[in-house]
Order: sequence, then C-alpha cells, then structure tokens
Amino acid sequence: MTVRVGVHEDRCCGAGQCVLLAPEVFDQRDEDGAVVLRDPEPAGSLHAAVREAAGVCPAAAITLDDAG
Amino acid sequence: MVRSDVDGEAAADERVLQYPLPGAGPLDPPGEWARLRQGCPVAPVELPSGDRAQLLTRYDDVKQVLADPRFPRVGAGQGARIASDSGGVFNSDMASAVPQTGPEHQQWRRLVGRWFTAKRMVALRPAIEAMAESLIDDMQAHGQPADLKASLGFPLPVWVICTMLGVPDRDRDKFSYWSDTLLNLTRYRQEEIVAAQAEFLAYMGEHVRTKRERPGDDLLSELVTATTADGGRLTDAQLVGTGQGLLVAGHETTANMISKMVAMLLADRRRRWEQLLAEPALVRTAVEESLRFDANPGIGMPRYLAEDLELSDATLPAGTTVMCSMGAANRDMRAFDDAEEMDLSRSPNPHLSFGSGPHSCLGQALARTELQVTLEVLLRRLPGLDLAVPVEELQRVEGLVVGGLRELPVRW
Repeated sequence: MTVRVGVHEDRCCGAGQCVLLAPEVFDQRDEDGAVVLRDPEPAGSLHAAVREAAGVCPAAAITLDDAG
Repeated sequence: MVRSDVDGEAAADERVLQYPLPGAGPLDPPGEWARLRQGCPVAPVELPSGDRAQLLTRYDDVKQVLADPRFPRVGAGQGARIASDSGGVFNSDMASAVPQTGPEHQQWRRLVGRWFTAKRMVALRPAIEAMAESLIDDMQAHGQPADLKASLGFPLPVWVICTMLGVPDRDRDKFSYWSDTLLNLTRYRQEEIVAAQAEFLAYMGEHVRTKRERPGDDLLSELVTATTADGGRLTDAQLVGTGQGLLVAGHETTANMISKMVAMLLADRRRRWEQLLAEPALVRTAVEESLRFDANPGIGMPRYLAEDLELSDATLPAGTTVMCSMGAANRDMRAFDDAEEMDLSRSPNPHLSFGSGPHSCLGQALARTELQVTLEVLLRRLPGLDLAVPVEELQRVEGLVVGGLRELPVRW
C-alpha cells in the first residue's frame, strides 16, 4: 500500500510533533520552523508514525492520501 | 423579561453557571463537564468579573473555535473580562509590543518559531537534563519530605527560559521572582507588581542592548539579528516583549504541569508510576496523556466572536465571548476512546491542551521536552517517589488563569 503525504506550509504552526514522530518524512526549516516534506511516499514501516503525525498536527497541515 | 411557567424548562436550560466550575477532588474534573458536554454544549456562564460568556465543552466545538483565525483572543476592550481587577500582565501594554493578530503576528511567530523547532529541542535536551539533575540533587540534600513543585517544577522552566534568553545563571533567581510576581494576581500587592514590572523591563531592555552589541550563542542573540522575509527586524521593544511573553506563557504553565503530571502518576497507589518504571519508553505518550487528562488546566481560552459562528449544534451571534474549555474537550468520548481513563500508551492523542490551529501554543515543543526530560530524570533518580500526603489533601492554587497544585509534598 502506498501513502502519499502532503503538507500545507502556510497552515503549519511549527509545533514540531511531526519531526519528532517521523524525522525520516518531516523536517522543519531552521529559519522559522515551518514544515518541510522530506519523503512524500514513505516506506510502509513509517506509515503508523506518519498517521500519528497527521492525527496530532494542531494545524491540520498534513494530508494523507491512501493511494491503494 | 418575565417568563411564564410554560417557559420553565427553557429557563432551566438557560441557568447561568458561575465560572470557573468547582472540581470535586484536587485531581478530579468538575462534575459539570460531563453533563454539559452531553446536554448543554453551549452553556451560559458568569465570569468572576460578572460578565457573561458561553462555555464550550465539546471537542469539535472547542477545536473549531480555537483554530478559527477570525477569532483572536479576547483583549483590546472587546468581549467579556475574566476578572474585573485582573491587573497583572494580561491587561498590561507590555505584552502588546508583540503583535497579536494579522500578518505582523504571523511574521513575529515565524521569527520566534526558529527557537522551538524539534531539532532545537533535541539540542536543548542535555542542558535541561543537567538542570533537572542539579535541582533533584538539591532536593535530596535538603531531605524528605520535600515540595516537588518548589524544588523542581517551579525553578526548572525559569532556568530553561534564562538559558534561551542568554541570561546569566546568577540572575535566574531574579527572573523567578519577577515571573512569580507578574503572574500571581493574588499573592503580591499592587506596588510589588508594578515594581517587578519596572525592574523586569529595565533588566530586559539593558539585556537586549547588550546582546545587540555583543551577541552570544543564545537564541535571543540570534533573534536580535534575524530578519523577516521582507528584511524587517524586531525592535528592542518587541524583543523585550518576546522575552516577557516567554516568561508569561512558559513559566507558570510548565511549572504547574510538572507537578500535576507527577501527582497524577503517583495517585492511584503509584500504579502508573510503576508502569512507567517497567516501561520507560512510555514517557512520551505518558506526557501527552497527562496533558490531556489534566482536570485542572485553568479557566480555558476566551475568544471574542467578531462574526456569527456556526457550531455543530448551535449558532452564536457576533459579539459573543466564548470560553473554550480544553480540559472538558479533552475528555469528550466523541473524540477519545475511554476518555475518562488515563491511558499512558494512548496514541494518537490529539488533545487540545496547547490549543489548535495558527494560534496554538508556540512553545509546545519546549513544554513537551521539559515534561519528558523531567519525567525521565525523576524515574531514573527517584524510582521510589511517592506522595507524602493523601491525594485528597493536595490543594489547588487559587489563581484563575493557570490551574495547578499549591505544593506537591513527596518522599522517595
């Protein structure tokens, strides 16, 4: 199964939860803490962490698309 | 308006509750939360000032309002006042040097956001750990029982803030005093509050000037030279306001949360504490669950509705002040399985303790890090930690804005 990850940089509030949960997939810009997507199609082993990151993002800035 | 008996039921529904609502025991939620979530998700309440607001207790409603960028927090003479005599920092113009809304706020937030990235927090961890170790050393040296709040919970966040601001260790105690004075609306006399404000402003003004001339490797120095996307820089007043904001937002809240978290984990005959000792990997989710389960988080977040607002079950007219109860929302069974159970492994845990959306807590990564590190160090250093008094004897602080316990007497 593939999961496509998307981020809304303009919505991001820099909470940093996603980076702590899935550093392989998410990063933050040093200048302002805004989200940076490192891997839009993460491996299956990372799906649980990515789902948690999307679930707890306070700005709802992470979207997941189960591509099947 | 005089109501007839026919309207009796409606009148009962519009019964105005005195707010804040009383909690049963020191760690128990107000009994009204469950009833309101179920039957009266928009409840008229009277604030200590006598002003009215509408209390929201359901997860979806609270989250929707907090995340709506149209509704900034109450201030600037709009909306209900919490307390008529709330002098202190909430009504002062010191904090207004920092833009509260609009693009300027966004720009300020992005500049300061660099302080709180996950990478920064990872880098800050060893320093926080060393502070926790040193405070626990002192607490142990003074013998038991000890007040964990005064020994660890209260000083640790001030020390961390001083480090971020590049304030020398010798001035930490001054910062502790100023912070306590600025925030505590009942313990100090008005002259003391005014004097503390003046001292703090003078100190910070001088400190910012020094950092401009001789930047250090602290975060304030970095912010002194940082530029916004359009090349703008923060003024001295904004930098002082930022330092104050950090203290106001990050000290008492974290200090209280450390004590409440430890109290919750030690209550129930240390069942949860033992669980963490056996499985320290649960620290991260245990911290989140403590934040969610906090039954005494303070009054909540007021919002002034500048426009009509449609909630799931009601429409509120423009001009309404709503009080968002994150504590009640965090126990909404529509959003959390077994919401009234404290589950240290709960995941995901999208609690609202740091708010939601563009105005959610800027320092949440720091708060999380402080709570995680404190808990890790306590588990390692004092595995036998226990409450030194029965849970029922713990006392809530009387302050309005931030909820907490007065003391946390412990043994180890």
